Amino acid sequence: MAASRSSSAGKLTTTQRHQMELERKVGDMLGTFVGLGRHQRSVLLELWREEHVEFLVQKGLRRLGASYSVLDSSRPWLCYWSLHSLALLGESFNLELGDDVIEFLERCQDSGGGYGGGPGQMPHLATTYAAVCALVTLGGAKALGSINREKMLQFLTRMKDSSGGFRLHEGGEMDVRGCYTAIAVAHILGILTPTITYKVNEFVVSCQTYEGGIGGEPGAEAHGGYTFCGLAALILTNQMEGLDLPSLLKWAAKRQGKVEGGFQGRTNKLVDGCYSFWQGGIFPLIQHVIPRLVSQLPVFRNHLLHPADENDVLHMCCKVKTCLESKKTGFVHDNSINSCISGEEDEGTSEPNIQITRTRIEGKESPPIMSAETLFPLKFHGSYQNITDAQQHSTDCFSKEDEQTKHGAAQGLSTFNQDSCFVRPFFNTQALQAYVLICCQVLEGGLIDKPGKPRDFYHTCYCLSGLSTAQHPTWLQAEACPSESDVLGPSCNLLEPTHPLCNVHFERYLEARSFFNDLSL
Amino acid sequence: MQVGVEDDDGDRWIPFSERSEWSDVQPVPQDDGPYPVVSIAYTSQFRETMDYFRAVLARDERSDRSLELTEEAIHMNAGNYTVWHFRRLVLESLGKDLWKELYFIQDVAKSNHKNYQLWHHRRWVAEKLGVAVAPEELRFTELVLASDAKNYHAWSHRQWVLKALGGWEAELSFCSMLLQEDIYNNSAWNQRFFVIKNSPLLEGLDSMRESEVEYCINAIKLAPLNESSWTYLRGLFGNDTKSLGDSQSIGQVCFEELARDRCCIPALSFLLDLVCYGFQPTVDDCKILDSSIEILSSLQLALYLCERLEVVDAIRACYWAWRRSLLPAIIK
Ligand SMILES: [Zn+2]
Repeated sequence: MAASRSSSAGKLTTTQRHQMELERKVGDMLGTFVGLGRHQRSVLLELWREEHVEFLVQKGLRRLGASYSVLDSSRPWLCYWSLHSLALLGESFNLELGDDVIEFLERCQDSGGGYGGGPGQMPHLATTYAAVCALVTLGGAKALGSINREKMLQFLTRMKDSSGGFRLHEGGEMDVRGCYTAIAVAHILGILTPTITYKVNEFVVSCQTYEGGIGGEPGAEAHGGYTFCGLAALILTNQMEGLDLPSLLKWAAKRQGKVEGGFQGRTNKLVDGCYSFWQGGIFPLIQHVIPRLVSQLPVFRNHLLHPADENDVLHMCCKVKTCLESKKTGFVHDNSINSCISGEEDEGTSEPNIQITRTRIEGKESPPIMSAETLFPLKFHGSYQNITDAQQHSTDCFSKEDEQTKHGAAQGLSTFNQDSCFVRPFFNTQALQAYVLICCQVLEGGLIDKPGKPRDFYHTCYCLSGLSTAQHPTWLQAEACPSESDVLGPSCNLLEPTHPLCNVHFERYLEARSFFNDLSL
Repeated sequence: MQVGVEDDDGDRWIPFSERSEWSDVQPVPQDDGPYPVVSIAYTSQFRETMDYFRAVLARDERSDRSLELTEEAIHMNAGNYTVWHFRRLVLESLGKDLWKELYFIQDVAKSNHKNYQLWHHRRWVAEKLGVAVAPEELRFTELVLASDAKNYHAWSHRQWVLKALGGWEAELSFCSMLLQEDIYNNSAWNQRFFVIKNSPLLEGLDSMRESEVEYCINAIKLAPLNESSWTYLRGLFGNDTKSLGDSQSIGQVCFEELARDRCCIPALSFLLDLVCYGFQPTVDDCKILDSSIEILSSLQLALYLCERLEVVDAIRACYWAWRRSLLPAIIK
């Protein structure tokens, strides 16, 4: 290969340079955080609720500056980003504002079904998803009743392509976003007909790449947003066949930054706050399909390993230990940070015992910097469920799921059963929360992509959605409250739970499902 | 009302209401209702342009002046898919020369690299122009990739051009060139995979495997911590996990890297997968991992690798521990 060893030439590539700059910046912030006194540290880990609410209500929902003209075709999105963020923050909406949103979205609703980016614009699947989710978030008969389901079904059917995909609008592009938004809307409204679900599996599976994640269209690079959309679309339609789950999970797990704690959207790209949801949200979905994942694992054949010198074989065989039972282990998060902030138990140890890691960027001896990985270690504790039991339990869960879906979408959570087969999350939820809280909050309110970027409503929405997902790792157990150790920072940081497939406030989702179930089509 | 705004070129913007050629058109204001939400403080230029756009859209007026109007509207908000859609209708109805449309798109692209509508429009135009436009399309994406080598839309467009219009001849060397510039460019690795798999000029994944494995191993040696090349190596084998597990040479690559750096995460991770696919290193190979312990079976090795990864790749400790907990259950 012609490529010169970039590092030996002493010159970093663009990817390395950007990654290093960000690690330095985040590492410095984490270092500062560790060096602070207990009180200041607690402030840094606090979710600045009032400021975010102020930003969303004053800036977002009412009047936007001229620079927002570039989002003039995304106004239902602006509604959803703000309303959903507020709902996660536990804010209730005053009647007047709710009515105004309903009336505005009615002006975006097309007479032929679906919602456009603004009054008089063509209906578009993405803004349709946003409008429906905004109305679900408001809740109540007036909001939900304003959606024309019959016309919506006609619109979705018109966007359906024979390949199984969906066009985003008449004559528009076709990608995995289209599948997800169409199917999520149809699911919420209870109009998930065979025409809509036709060949969704084929389309999405053809977009899974050799990396394990899913791209926007066949051949395209694995990407966090499309992977969430594709996986959610297949779960919603119960069409998981052919999706390689072990490689998808491995790909997603590897997207969490060791230093940053947040997620990157693609391999060797920079961490970004919005992927807290798009990537972080993949894990609760995978937890739901673990039995299928386990069934896809290669059969493991245990071989005796031979010495390099074959004559030793016999001798070796006698030495092999027969008991290879794995240790029973489980994880709890090391709560040293939380406890030293609350400071109740250990007055003396306000300095957590933290080791500094050397980050590993090829060919460059980088000076040691603080990392999320060392700040939020996972400790062995307790025990994993006995794996055989777990498997048995999983099989039960799975057949129950199939059974449930047979009874159809009439059940509120038809495609999502309440039993979790694996209790601990697959990613470091504390490190993710730390990235959102320490690196993505703006003092004046609102959240961001990464330090140095300006705030916006999209990132505010998806940083908060990701934070909520990380705080509710055991959400599958219906009413299970997150334990205190699941929430990083003061307990008042706890957000409302979001529905992992549709990303709307969980209770509002249930309300909408039962509202539409009671209607006939 | 604000009259005349200087645009970028220093030309005065003349309101439509002052343009004689538009005097017959009654502008249509946006119907935001009496109590609007998420309302945007449009400039008067933005508002008036859209008012006239709504008017021609309502009349479905497919004329030259409509075409010019859409151009102005797109320059103000390239995300308005309704405007783009209407522009396509007008272009088609008037039988416009679509080669000229490429310049317009290139102009808009200067400030809007990451815009779905622009790239969709480009695809629509290129499809109409056919194979003759392929070199131009490849050049256009190269232009965008020169300033943003991982632009998702540009790569998608390029893949579509290759599949629909051709132009594969230099694609593999284009990938090599980008990887030479930045071996961590995962988009370029993804493109390389796309070329190997789909190029009609090559013999497909299976027959290219050997030479690609060699290319990839070289890349791994240059940058052992680069996840992109390790994942590409895995991708070359697809479902053929048996060949992967049987390959002594690939297993040795892992050990070589681990001999150099015991904490090389991608090598530990790859070796774990190899062992799960049936790879059997020698007991002496395993000494490279840790000379103080004796690993005598593939299960012991897999357990050891998981435990190592839980430590050196601590952010993913949950994931690796889960992999470990599964091992005894998947033994047959
Ligand atoms: Zn982002």
